[in-house]
Amino acid sequence: MSEKIATRDAYGKALVELGKENPAVVVLDADLSHSTKTIKFAEAFPQRFFNAGIAEANMTGVAAGLATAGKHPFISSFAVFAAGRAFEQIRNSIVYPNLSVTVAASHAGVTVGEDGGSHQAIEDIGLMRLLPGMTVIVPADAIETAGAVRALASYNGPSYLRLGRLAVPQVNTEDYQFQVGKATVLKEGETVAIFACGLMVAKALEAAEKLADQGISAAVINVSTIKPLDNETIIAYAKKCGAVVTAEEHNIIGGLGSAVAEVLAENCPTKMARVGIEDKFGQSGSPAELLELYGLTAENIAQKAETLLK
Amino acid sequence: MTTEAFAAELRFRAIDMLIKAGSGHPGGSLSAADIIAYLFNEELNINPQNPDMPERDRFVLCKGHAAPALYCALAMRGFFPLKELDTLRKLGSPLQGHPDMKKLPGVDMSTGSLGQGLSVACGMALAAKLDGQSNNVYAVLGDGEQAEGQVWEAAMFAAHYQLDKLIAFLDLNGLQIDGTTKAVMDSAPLDDKWRSFGWAVQVIDGHDLNAIKAAVAKAKTEKTPSMIIAKTVKGKGVSFMENNVDWHGAAPKGEQAELALAELRKGVSL
Repeated sequence: MSEKIATRDAYGKALVELGKENPAVVVLDADLSHSTKTIKFAEAFPQRFFNAGIAEANMTGVAAGLATAGKHPFISSFAVFAAGRAFEQIRNSIVYPNLSVTVAASHAGVTVGEDGGSHQAIEDIGLMRLLPGMTVIVPADAIETAGAVRALASYNGPSYLRLGRLAVPQVNTEDYQFQVGKATVLKEGETVAIFACGLMVAKALEAAEKLADQGISAAVINVSTIKPLDNETIIAYAKKCGAVVTAEEHNIIGGLGSAVAEVLAENCPTKMARVGIEDKFGQSGSPAELLELYGLTAENIAQKAETLLK
Repeated sequence: MTTEAFAAELRFRAIDMLIKAGSGHPGGSLSAADIIAYLFNEELNINPQNPDMPERDRFVLCKGHAAPALYCALAMRGFFPLKELDTLRKLGSPLQGHPDMKKLPGVDMSTGSLGQGLSVACGMALAAKLDGQSNNVYAVLGDGEQAEGQVWEAAMFAAHYQLDKLIAFLDLNGLQIDGTTKAVMDSAPLDDKWRSFGWAVQVIDGHDLNAIKAAVAKAKTEKTPSMIIAKTVKGKGVSFMENNVDWHGAAPKGEQAELALAELRKGVSL
């Protein structure tokens, strides 16, 4: 197995690559550049990096102003603050005027770990998905993060990029080409379709192996774009398999599971189960302990699939 | 057209469009009218034939509810036909209740949610600095808006990054929806506050066009961002609206509408 890399590390590295070829890219952070990894860009391009201090609302507005003048700002903080604290600034200063700013939020989900529930965003996908015209991306690994950063820099309109603190395994091949709005089938299967995003994609692949041992053929689909959702692929695999499990490191309310349920309820009602955080806040603990505690495991995905198929 | 005549016509048109709309914010449109009239008639380097000209000066109406004053200034400068002013707040109109840059040429930023505009103006000034452009960025804030924490985040940012091309006006009319700013949330002393945040501060009569002009000229020479605190009268120009908080967010109707227009028509040739 290849080396595990956190998507935030891949983000920092990708920004530097992008900065070399695209002078319109500017980066802002709210005093967390060492954690969000924008420090790499700050060191490479000090003239195009702006620390806004611990003032996420203003940082968001400044990015909007930069975007009106043709810059493409990437703004970073922890997801709780980037999407939560500055929600209305994102809404009214970035998304309502349809400005091309990427809110790149790290430390999403419970795998923030020891810092505890105050710092673990479990609601950010839902918040961002509710905004008309917002694009929401949750990359599964370093390769996909690099592709997403590059795609969003030339994307017309606002976007939210959800990144994690924890190092995660590679699930995509080296030649993978990320496309906004395109889900990727990582494993074909016939009996149950597992739609996952972020670090849960790797768990879904593990779950598929466990299910194979039980004689169950599971398809695994990486739904890295939560919005606009790849309805076509989701409906096709729901129809093909007849049973669906979603998996995300987010509240089961408002995230990927909700998005998939909405599409299927209207287009092809399918029995389904959602794996995610069951409407609870996080808490302190190691990432591994927290993933276990909140049921964000391959075992839980497999178990939910088996229960559905009974 | 003299700026005095421009301001008089702007006031008349702003109230006329509010009457036709049946709702909106007359008080704050009239208090900011002279500032906006000066900027759009004399100061801003803008081009109605090319509203997105990259080197143009920027204008952010942070107190977006004064949209009628901005719309009149833009229409009078030829950004869109004057007759469109009659569509204010109507379904399908580019003249939304609060400014919408997606819908109306000449609007540099969508505003209306108080506290957010100055941050955006900072971003515009920062972009100009990065690109080595010499354009100025103007912003008009309200005094009730001074209670928003984000305003002070932006104040710190502008001083920290030495955004000397940023020139803001504070429309100090002393009233907000729920009453006097002193009673609702006293933000005084605002001159000391802005000064202590690292801004060059001037205090002027916001209805004295010469004073506005002189203040902008001085602001342009500063090495820091500038705040021009403009003491104004809410509802300026309509006798029964002046200093009366009831006219923050209500359009005049019937006899009051006629009276308001009669008072504002003086000195206006249409």
